[in-house]
Amino acid sequence: MSAHANLERRRQAIYGWLLLSPAAVLLTLFAFYPSVATLWSSLFSRGTRRNPTEFVGTENYAELFADPTFWIVVKNNLLYAGVTIPVSIFIALSMALWANGKIRARGFVRTAYFTPTVLPMIAAANLWLFFYTPGLGVLDQIGSLFGLPSVNWLGQPETALWAIIIVTIWKEAGFFMIFYLAALQTIPEDLKEAADIEGTSRWTYTRRIVLPLLMPTTLFIAVNAMINSVKLIDHLFILTKGGPSDASKLILYYIWEMAFAFFDAPSAAAMTIMVIAVLGIVAAIQFFYLDKRTHYQ
Amino acid sequence: MKSLTTFMDSFGAILLAIIWIAPLLFAFWAATHSTSDAVNLNLFSPWTLDNFRVAWAGAPWLKYFLNTFMLVTVILIGQFVLTTLAGFAFAQLDFPGKDYVFILVLMQLFILPEVLIVENYAMISRLGLFDTILGVGMPYMASAFGIFLMRQAFKGVPIELHEAARIEGCGLLGILWRVYVPLAKPTYLAYALVSVSTHWNNFLWPLIVTNSPDTRPLTVGLSIFGAPENGVDISIISAATLMSVAPLLIAFLIFQRQFVQAFLRAGIK
Repeated sequence: MSAHANLERRRQAIYGWLLLSPAAVLLTLFAFYPSVATLWSSLFSRGTRRNPTEFVGTENYAELFADPTFWIVVKNNLLYAGVTIPVSIFIALSMALWANGKIRARGFVRTAYFTPTVLPMIAAANLWLFFYTPGLGVLDQIGSLFGLPSVNWLGQPETALWAIIIVTIWKEAGFFMIFYLAALQTIPEDLKEAADIEGTSRWTYTRRIVLPLLMPTTLFIAVNAMINSVKLIDHLFILTKGGPSDASKLILYYIWEMAFAFFDAPSAAAMTIMVIAVLGIVAAIQFFYLDKRTHYQ
Repeated sequence: MKSLTTFMDSFGAILLAIIWIAPLLFAFWAATHSTSDAVNLNLFSPWTLDNFRVAWAGAPWLKYFLNTFMLVTVILIGQFVLTTLAGFAFAQLDFPGKDYVFILVLMQLFILPEVLIVENYAMISRLGLFDTILGVGMPYMASAFGIFLMRQAFKGVPIELHEAARIEGCGLLGILWRVYVPLAKPTYLAYALVSVSTHWNNFLWPLIVTNSPDTRPLTVGLSIFGAPENGVDISIISAATLMSVAPLLIAFLIFQRQFVQAFLRAGIK
């Protein structure tokens, strides 16, 4: 009997590893090995024809910390995340409350909110160009009706990042709405009935009952939004290319530029490692939080 | 009073909805009118399809469409095979080291392929896959998210069905194919919709790995077409943009319920 159990255990182990191996190979090639290789190459100098690469320790990191552009990019990304995350969550929540209520044209409203999610960011950026172009753009046309001067939204440092932020919010809010919609549908009807019998105002009901019940969803969305605030940069390629004078440059764009325009792989590697570290912390918080939630279920 | 708040709700919701699709509506307006009419918002100017004709002639769009189509197909097939096998191993087999490997897989959720572009580019070049559709697709095939999704789906399959198939003399792969895969159909559909729309829209990685019109997907083609140095005007860019989003947008409008449910199912991990 025990010989049979042993055989069975060994059979499962062999099958398990065989089934895992294709995925394991690709994950190693395109996630684990590149992460380690990035860390490794961030510790070496940039090789030129005359000076071959050599081990420099944390020098690349020190150089990056001394690079003013790096700090502009970090600041930009913090502002980008700090504005897009709360605003798109707030809009998503409003959208969901509306799209879940008894309103007219509900199907149209839901579709309209969600549509930007299925568009490529590159296409979205092209659509927004029509709004932002100075002189010809819709924003300027509307402004000129009120006698406002033409504004080069994408071409001046004061507004370029904000123009990018607005496109991101537009793209993300409908996506987050979906999660709120799902969560809203799990709230039992009798809570609403009880509140109505008590004569509770709608605002109080929303604030005291709905919002607390949506808290786990909000946290889930917030973590996703944080990861996205590093990832979502495609519109920079169309709208501003990070300019003018780095005013709208975000960290992933800077990594791309370092590696593929300036051919400075070690600096790109050092930045990549820092991004992975930050995302790792975010992920750790998420795991910790998800752990707690499964505990309470 | 009550009807007033209902009215205000509808009003606000519809107003926001109109604001939300305004960029798309304006693009549609611009694409179907001559450039000067479009920028001056001449509401009664004649409609035209000329912009589409000019845009279509301006780039090898058919090739781009085909490349994007091939790309999402290659990725989807790879993802289905790899995540099915790995998800099944994690869900139904018991072997030493499984938990550690699973944690490693989950780590990929935050090591975004987008962030590893430099090393992944080097890897693709080393494998000789630079400027190939397979090269664009490969880093996404062993998706940790997909493995997790399939594992959850397979865990929900009653063990009695597994046992019954085994008594009937079915091998492990046979059980996977005949019992688990059919029962996970809704999960496959959801995953397919999320995967296709993600990769139809992906830009940065294809931009890096492709180099020629023969492999370039729509997004990269569109970004090159719309670059200011090409001197194309807003009506033609709008036409090209609408053209390239049309297939996915139409699919979305037809299957919106499935789309929304797919994002939900995939999102609630």
